[in-house]
Amino acid sequence: MPELQLSLDGAPLSARPGQTVGAALAGAGIASWRTTRHAGRPRGLFCGIGVCFDCLLTVDGVPNQRACLTPARDGMELRTESEDAGEGRDV
Amino acid sequence: MFDVAVVGAGPAGLAAAVHAADAGLSVALVDAGAQPGGQFWRHPVEGEASAGAPEPAGHHGWQRFAVLRARLYAHESAGRITYWRNAQVWLLAAGPAAGVLHLAPALDVPGGAPDALPATVRARRLILCPGGYDRQLPVPGWDLPGVMAAGGVQALLKGSGTAAGKVAVVAGTGPFLLPVATGLAGAGIRVAAICEANSPAGWLRNLRGAVQAPEKAVEGAAYAAALARHRIPYRVRTAVTEIHGTDRVEAVTMSRLARDGMVVPGTGRRVSCDVVALGWGFTPQLELVLAAGAATTMDVDGSLVAVVDDRLATGVPGISVAGEAAGVGGASMAVVEGELAALCVAAESGGARAGAAGLGARIARLQRERARLRGFAVAMHRANPVPERWQGWLVPETVVCRCEEVSYGELCRAHVELGARDARSLKSFARPGMGWCQGRVCGYAAASIAANLAGRPFEGPAAAADLRAMAKRALAAPVPLGRLAAMAPGQPEPALPPLETPAAKGDPT
Amino acid sequence: MLLPRSADVVVIGAGAVGAACAYSAARAGFRVAVVDQGAVAGGTSSACEGNLLVSDKEAGPELDLAQYSQSLWRGELAEFGHLWEFESKGGLVVSARPGTQANLERLAGRQREAGIDVELVDAQDLAGHEPQLAPGLAGGAYYPQDAQVQPMLAAAHLLRLARTLGATVHPDTGVTGFTRSGGRVTGVATGRGAISANAVVNAAGTWGGAVAQLAGVNVPVLPRKGYVMVTEPLPPMVRHKVYAAEYVDNVASSDAGLQTSPVVEGTRGGTILIGSSRERVGFDKQFNPRVLAEMAGKAIALFPFLAGVKALRSYSGFRPYCPDHLPVIGPDPRAPGLWHACGHEGAGIGLAVGTGALIAASLAGATPAMDLAPFAPERFDLHSPDPETEAAHA
Repeated sequence: MPELQLSLDGAPLSARPGQTVGAALAGAGIASWRTTRHAGRPRGLFCGIGVCFDCLLTVDGVPNQRACLTPARDGMELRTESEDAGEGRDV
Repeated sequence: MFDVAVVGAGPAGLAAAVHAADAGLSVALVDAGAQPGGQFWRHPVEGEASAGAPEPAGHHGWQRFAVLRARLYAHESAGRITYWRNAQVWLLAAGPAAGVLHLAPALDVPGGAPDALPATVRARRLILCPGGYDRQLPVPGWDLPGVMAAGGVQALLKGSGTAAGKVAVVAGTGPFLLPVATGLAGAGIRVAAICEANSPAGWLRNLRGAVQAPEKAVEGAAYAAALARHRIPYRVRTAVTEIHGTDRVEAVTMSRLARDGMVVPGTGRRVSCDVVALGWGFTPQLELVLAAGAATTMDVDGSLVAVVDDRLATGVPGISVAGEAAGVGGASMAVVEGELAALCVAAESGGARAGAAGLGARIARLQRERARLRGFAVAMHRANPVPERWQGWLVPETVVCRCEEVSYGELCRAHVELGARDARSLKSFARPGMGWCQGRVCGYAAASIAANLAGRPFEGPAAAADLRAMAKRALAAPVPLGRLAAMAPGQPEPALPPLETPAAKGDPT
Repeated sequence: MLLPRSADVVVIGAGAVGAACAYSAARAGFRVAVVDQGAVAGGTSSACEGNLLVSDKEAGPELDLAQYSQSLWRGELAEFGHLWEFESKGGLVVSARPGTQANLERLAGRQREAGIDVELVDAQDLAGHEPQLAPGLAGGAYYPQDAQVQPMLAAAHLLRLARTLGATVHPDTGVTGFTRSGGRVTGVATGRGAISANAVVNAAGTWGGAVAQLAGVNVPVLPRKGYVMVTEPLPPMVRHKVYAAEYVDNVASSDAGLQTSPVVEGTRGGTILIGSSRERVGFDKQFNPRVLAEMAGKAIALFPFLAGVKALRSYSGFRPYCPDHLPVIGPDPRAPGLWHACGHEGAGIGLAVGTGALIAASLAGATPAMDLAPFAPERFDLHSPDPETEAAHA
C-alpha cells in the first residue's frame, strides 16, 4: 500500500491515502498538537467532524486548519500551534 | 437561479436533492463534506481502496445510501443537480422571491476547495438539512486529549478505519453509544465499559414501543448480540463523572447515578483507558434556520429545533427544514423528511413534471411514515434524557467552554457577582460560546447552566431563548475577509483604494 | 429582587452609562435603584467595542468630557481596571493622501491645545508603529491615551460596586411612565410596580428619547446602527487601534445613508476587531452582509494581510445619536426631578464614568467638574424640530 510521507514539526509522519491529517496523527499515537491560548493545555481531536475547531494546526504554512477535515497529502508540512495570549480578550 | 437549493448532503439532504431532481426541479446541493453521506453515512474516500476500511457493506442502511448516491451522481451527470462539495454556507439571506446562499471553501489547503466555487447560489426555495452532532455535557477532565465526541470516534472508524487508542470507555446516553462501542471493538480496541446514564427499563420500554418500528427492535437485538460477543460491559444508570490524566486521558471514574442524575455516594470506580467517547444525544445545527428568521422551539430532547408544519415548511416563505434540525430522529426519519420536503416543494412549485399527478398520495404516505418515526424518536428521547442533575458532577475548575476556556466557576461568578440570569448575559460576562466553535459544543451546557443558576427549570420559552442565544451565528461559518469584501459592489481589489469616501467629506454637522 | 417602594435616585438603564451613574450616585451617599427593560448591559453596551477614545473628537465639550472620563478611568477607577480589562492600547489615525494628512495635522493641533497627547507620524515612520500597514499611506497621528475596556464587564462591575454601596438593580423592569406631583417628577411606574424617588436619571441610551417622551419632554435620541466583525485569533499583527482619518468625518456626519470607514484593532486575545459602519435605519436588526463586505474591503486596504484572515463572528448595535452629536447630561428644567444621561452615540463607554460623576455632583447640588451647558437637555427646543426625529417618534 503506498504510504504518504508528511511531517509534524519536522518529524516524519506517514499516512494512508484517503486518511485525514487527524486520522494519521491519531493512528500514529499522537493525541495532541495544539496548546490553548490561556491555560496552555494540550488539545487534539475532539468532535472529529469539523464542528469544534479543537484540532487546529498549521498546514503548509496556513494556520488554523482543522486536522479532522484536512486530507493528508504527500509532502505536507504540519506544524503544531501554540497560542500565547495575554489577559485581555476581545469584546 | 435554481428551483431549489438543498443545504447538506447527509441522509435528509441527499434524499431531498434526489427526489427534487426526480420531480423535475433544477437543484443545487451544497455540502461541506468531500463526498455525500453526511456524518451518518460517512465512508472512506471513494476510489481510494487502499484507505484501509472497505466500503461498509454491513453499514446500517448502507444499501439505501448506495441507491441514493447512485441517483445523485446520475442526476449530477445529467446536469439536473449541481453539487458543490467542500462548500460551506457562511451566510444565508432569505428574500421574498429567492433565497441566497453565500459559499466559502470548507478547507483552505490547496485542492481543498472546488474549482470555480461560486460566491453565491440563488434558488426559489431552500431546503435546509444541516444535520447535527453529538451533544456534550462537560465533566471534569473532558478537555484532555483522548476524550472525544462519540461521533468523532465513529468518524475516525468510518472514514479511515483508525482507532485513537487501545482501551476505550464509551459514555453518555442513547442507542448511538452501541454502534460506537461495537465499532471500536471491531477495530480491535478493548471497550472497558459502556456507561449508559439511563436505565434498561427505558431501553426496554422503547423496544416495546417499537411495535411501531419493528426494524428498530431487530437492530437492538443485533447490538445486544454484538456486545455479548465482544464482552463489552453495559453499565446502566452509570456515568463517567470524572476523567483523569495530565497531558492525555489515563482513566475515568464511573459512578452510579440516582434517578435524578445525582451521583450515588461511594459508587465511584476508577477504570484505566486511553480513549473516552462521550455522547448525550444530538445537537441540531440551527444557525441557518435562525439566520433565515424561522421560528424555533425546544424539542422533547431539549434541543433547539425549527418549527415546521406537516409539509416541513417553516413560517418563512420558501424555507423548509428536514432532518435533525426539524427534530432529532435519526437517519431513517431524515431520509423520509428529505423526500417529503422535496415533494412538497415540487408540488408547490408547479414546475414539477415527472409523476406530478401522484405527488399528493406520496406526500400523504410520507407524512404518515414521518409521524410513525417521530413517535418512535419521541419515545427514545423520553427514555434517554439528559440526567436532570448532571451539573452536580461539575467542580468550579471544570471547563465548560473549551474554546475560550471558561470554567464552571467563572459562570457561577458571572451569575452571583454580575447578575447574569440567562445565557446571553453569561456569554457577555464570561464568554462561553465566543470562541472558534461559536457555542456549538458548549451551547446546550451553557444554556442549561444559565437556567439552573437562575433557579429556573430548563424548559419552555425561557430555555429556548437561552439555547437561541448560544446558537445564533450571523456568520454561519468562518469566512475569509477577502471573500467577504468581494461581495461589495464595485469594491476595488486590495490594492490601496481611496480611504476617503467623497460623500463623507464636507458633510454638514 | 423585590422592587423598593422608594429610593433617593432611580436610574433608568443598566448599560455602561446607567451603571456609572448608579455607582457615582451611590458613592455620593444616595440610595439608588437601577431599572432596565432587559438585562444588565443588554443594549448598546453589549454591541460595541468598548472604546475610550480621545483621538476621534474635535476640540470642544465632548473632548473635554472624554478627558475628564479618562482621568477617572485612569485615576480613582484604576484599581478596578483588571475587572473590565482596561487596556491602554493607543490609537493610530492614518491618512491615505497628503490633503487628508494636512487636515489631520490641523485637528491634532487643536486637540493638543486642548491638552491631548498626540504625536504626528511621518509616512516612513508608520511601519514602526504598525508593521503590517499597507504601503503608500501619507502619514498619521498617534494618540497614546486611546484605550479600551470590555464594556459589558465595565457595566456589570460598576453595578456590582454600586450594589456594595447599597444600590439595587432590577432587570426586566421596563419603565411605563412617571409619577408626578404638580410639574415635578416623583418616581417611575414600571411593569413590576412603582418606585417613588427624589430624582430619576434617564440613562436609557438609544431608548432615552422614548423615556423622555414618557415625561413629556423632547430629547431627540436616534438609533445609528453599526456593525463589528471579529476575526480568528492570530499571533499579534495589529498593535493599536488603527483607523483612517475619514472616520472622524463619519462620526461627525449626520448623513442617514450608509457610511463605512476602516477601524482595525488587535486585541490581547489575538482576535482582530473590524469596524465601522454608520447608518440610520431605525431599530432594524436585519443583518446586511453588504455592510460587512464594505467594512472588510476597507480594512483590507489598510491591512492587506487581512484578505486571508477569517471573520468568525459579527454583531450589530444601535448608537444613541443626537443631531448635534453631543450627549444629553444634566437636570431637565422642563421636568424638575428628571435628569438625563443619554445620547452618547458611539462614545458612551468612554464617556460613561465622567457622565456618572457629573450627574452625581448635580444630584447632590454640588458644582459639577465641567460646565453642563453644552449638554443641556432643553437645547434642542431652541431649534426647529428635526423632521426625522418627528418621524421616529410618530
